[in-house]
Amino acid sequence: MPDTAAIDFKPLSRVEMAARVAHDIPEGWYVNLGIGIPTAIADHVPLEREVIFHSENGVLGMGPAPPKDQIDPWLINAGKQYVTLRQGGSFCHHADSFSMIRGGHLDLCVLGAFQVAENGDIANWATSENDTAPAVGGAMDLAAGAKRLWVLMEHTTKDGTSKLVHRCSYPLTAVGAVRRVYTNLAVLDITERGFVVLDMAPGLTFDALQARTDAPLHRSA
Amino acid sequence: MINKIVQSMAEAMAGIKDGSTVLIGGFGAVGQPNALIEGLIEQGATDLTVAANNAGVGHVGLARLMELGRVRKIICSFPRSSDPVVFETLYRAGKIELEIVPQGTLAERMRAAGAGVPAFFTATGVGTRMGMGKELREFDGRSYVMEHALVGDVGLVEAWEADRWGNLTFKKSGRNFNPVIATAAKLTVVQTQHLRELGEIDADHVVTPGIFVDRVLHVPYGDPTGF
Repeated sequence: MPDTAAIDFKPLSRVEMAARVAHDIPEGWYVNLGIGIPTAIADHVPLEREVIFHSENGVLGMGPAPPKDQIDPWLINAGKQYVTLRQGGSFCHHADSFSMIRGGHLDLCVLGAFQVAENGDIANWATSENDTAPAVGGAMDLAAGAKRLWVLMEHTTKDGTSKLVHRCSYPLTAVGAVRRVYTNLAVLDITERGFVVLDMAPGLTFDALQARTDAPLHRSA
Repeated sequence: MINKIVQSMAEAMAGIKDGSTVLIGGFGAVGQPNALIEGLIEQGATDLTVAANNAGVGHVGLARLMELGRVRKIICSFPRSSDPVVFETLYRAGKIELEIVPQGTLAERMRAAGAGVPAFFTATGVGTRMGMGKELREFDGRSYVMEHALVGDVGLVEAWEADRWGNLTFKKSGRNFNPVIATAAKLTVVQTQHLRELGEIDADHVVTPGIFVDRVLHVPYGDPTGF
């Protein structure tokens, strides 16, 4: 095990993590952002790069949060936060909204997660088999339905446990669905080999990243 | 002359029986037919199965209906809210049955019910706890689980505009489950912010055609508040 304590690197802040994902979303994509850190990604996509944001409750073409004095009480997102609608945006009902999801019309969904496994499994809705009141929302539909699923999450839990794992121990949201993971330490693709490191936080080395990751990592070719 | 507009809550709620399955529109507080839920509380039907996206907030509306012991089972995707105290207390005490359904599966089960489709296959939930015990089929190399239509005995809907034929429009994200529920329920009861004369709603703008609607009650309560 390398002496990771000696390595001087700077993990990405949550704002930087969101900005890192935003950087990789091209114009023209239809995108659903999950509740939590992923919601902040939209703040880092400039309006002139036309990315169309979708929300499960029937909003397509979501814009940024309104200033407090311009809140429209009829316009919320799936996280029940007030949002705006861009020119060209539209509303639909829940079955149409999930047709966009289940029918494979979304180019990308970005979700948070508790665990992602090297086989692409994702666990993001319950941390035990007997949660008092489990709540899944639209996560399973999004994970199974979008053309691509990326995950944005911290690399480890607060106590340092790796969230990138060989196999998920928490109840699954979807099987083999995740294509890419963005963390505060790295960007990793999930391939047939498992996790392939595409990018690391400034100053971080491959060995130090591996030391903080349960699943085996691979260098990109 | 067809006139689906009713003048009182008592008329709107007439005939709803004990043991009914009630589908309730709304996502958060937006598009939620609060007046009709209060009407159902007054009306007295009990032993209900309720399908709604959430399981109530605080001690009002759906939460109050549950607190009064009138709901045997709740079908929802997200029972958590800013204040889910009533649901959680009942659930921990084993006094309410919970069926968790992925949100899109919930919407599609209602859509299927409205379209006369008894069941359908979806990739949502395959390989998870939601897929357990359900029939699996493979189509073009991918696995899907079978989900059944969710038919409502009663649907409670909030609209923005309605006319006497029951044609409806909705406002922004207040649309959500409401038009789907209108198709899926045997008795669809609507509370509307605005009543329009027949022909006043542009036919191109009607979202829910009146064939899906049975009763309309004028409830101009204003903007939704609180979640």
